[in-house]
Amino acid sequence: MSINRRQFLKIAGISTIVGLGGTTAVDLLQRNWLEAAQYSPNPKALTAKRWAMVVDVSKLKTEDDYKKIMDACHREHNVPDLGNPKDEIKWIWKETYEHAFPGQEHEYLAEGIKHKPFLVLCNHCDNPSCVRVCPTKATFKRKDGIVMMDMHRCIGCRFCMAACPFGARSFNWKDPRPFIKEENKEFPARMRGVVEKCTFCYERLAKGLKPACVEASNGALVFGDLKDPESEARKILRLNYTIRRKSELGTQPSVYYIIGGNDHA
Amino acid sequence: MYNGIKIIIGLLIFAALVTFPFYSKMGKATAKPDPKVDTPEIQKLAEKKCVEPKEFMKTEHMKMLNDWRDTVVREGNLIYVSSDGKKYTISLQNTCMNCHSNKKKFCDECHNYSAVIPYCWDCHIEPKENKT
Amino acid sequence: MLETALKGSRKYWGLVFFLLSIIGVGFIFYLQQFFYGLGITGMSRDVSWGLYIGQFTFLVGVAAAAVMVVLPYYLHNYKKYGRISVLAEFLAIPSVIMCMLFIFVDMGQPLRVLNVLLHPTPSSVMFFDMLVLSGYLFWNILVGWTILGAERKGIPPPSWIKPIIYIAIAWAPSIHIVTAFLYAGLPGRHFWLTAILAAKFLASAFASGPALIIILCLIVRKFTKFDPGKEAIQTLGKTITYTMIINVMFLGFEVFTSFYSTIPGHMHPFDYLYVGLDGYTKLVPMMWLSSILAVIALVLLLNPNWRKNERTLAVASVAVFFSLWIDKGFGLIIGGFVPNMFERVFEYWPTIPEAFITLGVWAVGFLILTILYKIATTVKEEVVYDKYGEKQVKI
Repeated sequence: MSINRRQFLKIAGISTIVGLGGTTAVDLLQRNWLEAAQYSPNPKALTAKRWAMVVDVSKLKTEDDYKKIMDACHREHNVPDLGNPKDEIKWIWKETYEHAFPGQEHEYLAEGIKHKPFLVLCNHCDNPSCVRVCPTKATFKRKDGIVMMDMHRCIGCRFCMAACPFGARSFNWKDPRPFIKEENKEFPARMRGVVEKCTFCYERLAKGLKPACVEASNGALVFGDLKDPESEARKILRLNYTIRRKSELGTQPSVYYIIGGNDHA
Repeated sequence: MYNGIKIIIGLLIFAALVTFPFYSKMGKATAKPDPKVDTPEIQKLAEKKCVEPKEFMKTEHMKMLNDWRDTVVREGNLIYVSSDGKKYTISLQNTCMNCHSNKKKFCDECHNYSAVIPYCWDCHIEPKENKT
Repeated sequence: MLETALKGSRKYWGLVFFLLSIIGVGFIFYLQQFFYGLGITGMSRDVSWGLYIGQFTFLVGVAAAAVMVVLPYYLHNYKKYGRISVLAEFLAIPSVIMCMLFIFVDMGQPLRVLNVLLHPTPSSVMFFDMLVLSGYLFWNILVGWTILGAERKGIPPPSWIKPIIYIAIAWAPSIHIVTAFLYAGLPGRHFWLTAILAAKFLASAFASGPALIIILCLIVRKFTKFDPGKEAIQTLGKTITYTMIINVMFLGFEVFTSFYSTIPGHMHPFDYLYVGLDGYTKLVPMMWLSSILAVIALVLLLNPNWRKNERTLAVASVAVFFSLWIDKGFGLIIGGFVPNMFERVFEYWPTIPEAFITLGVWAVGFLILTILYKIATTVKEEVVYDKYGEKQVKI
């Protein structure tokens, strides 16, 4: 049997592809790992069936009240300050009523509300559209309702940014490291080309701490389990009229806002 | 051979390019990597042991770190139970680098030698190197 | 057959090296983007997709449009398309490759591209888009190559290719429907959240693609001995007439729904694109240029005398192509992001590096197209008569 050059090249090419593909597949399937290796959650961690947050804007009075909260979050998570709206990265920030709740505003709105800044952040939706569209499961919903980001896996396609109706997501248009004022050694930073957002401080919950913004809010932000009728969050929801951003879209946001000024304590 | 001269010249150029890394370094010995584990933090430890035996860590640390990052980020497991039953907090920055505070002598030494460029440090903040 | 691409005239090599130099420039700018990040583009937190994704969307349409030639030829035995079916298939190949490249250059972490395969996610439309695009590329290479190879040997194509041709025909609309679903299923993006989006995508694809095929046919006839056929070009002219009318109608439907309902979220993107919003008017001239080109094209196409004249048909085809290129490759994406989720206007305009990278990807596409068309026309020049016994070569 003789083969000509053309046939030889074809066979050689195909066998190379099969060979390389085969070894890669074997490498991927094989998970050799220590038998005894075990993982467990921290027993001291704060846990819930469905985390949620209530924002009582009536308790936020001065510019400083807002700044403390936003700074606490951004310092904790090494959020850079890029200094321009094009590259901006933010996890929690201020928006006025008409921008936070577009379509709900009207001409004769009470002055106190019209210009009142609202704190906005990722809503950790129960039916998150960002999670639905992510092609790599880099953003996913945890059992306790937190919509997480796995920065190791994000390919930077920004489909989630197009899908989020709340503008909660930021992209690292360039290396953020030089723009972090003071690095928090306990938490990682990010690299260029990945999407980031609020994670409800999963890393603090795992250590048994409440989110940084809640801690810095002096009671204006309340964090709790929606499925626990006795939780503080549920108590507040029972006693107050609360609204959510763009609830008509059906994403089921888990951040609630108290607009009025009545005391709930 | 049809176009023989051209083919042979082409082959020679190809061979020269492919073997470039070898003859460019010929006769020059690259220093053997010598990772150090003598940081002040480790010196202070009563029992100088890593989360798993040294030999295992040498060969498997990259797989372990991969599994750690997945389990901590995706499954919310913060605790690693080692083969001898001890518990550790899963964290590159706060557990590994707490003892191995000498990234340059501990990580980079071998990674540079074997031309491996892990992207850990693009995001994770490395410890401030102790001047020794 | 590849060897036919290695022997060519001075003009052929001139074109090849010209395209290679543009690719080189684009590549240098891409390296800059690769090391700095996507911050060198005009995209922002609010307009997080731009020119790249727009080009991708437009080119999926061009790729799918091959079906407008292949379908009449294979399913209805429309013989006049026998000469150009390979040209249509060979246009689909570089188009899909450009689509993939545009997705690639748009990625923040391009080295992690295989995560899409390592962690397959059926709920993501992007995952499906990747599947259908790769499939379509494969079918077209297989079909185009096999048919042309058979033609060269002067034998009928092998029978196993038939079912693959039928699959490729059904596959073509699917790539564009899936691409429309990338946009049409996102809550809160009023401009895209419309069931007509997929239909509009198909209509604009079936206008812009055949328009490009007409232009390419005329170029092929001018520079090679192969004649795609006057009647084939005329039929394509009729195709773009109908699809362009449908296209303009669909735009009208959307404008009606938005402005008769007067729902602000639905009106704002149109306001921004055609008259400006809150004093921001960056895209207005572009969108009106697109509209004027559409009108010019329709005037030229609807008059049979002008349509039958190949000169005016060529002008009309160019107008169709650029009108839809602006509308879909630019306006469609930006309109989805402006105003943003806070009803604020943040404008977008591509930067110079972004434009050069885009140009570089187009040059890659045209280079592949040039090479494939060189092969196809050389084979067709050698074969004097096609399988219907029609003369292929001007003697």
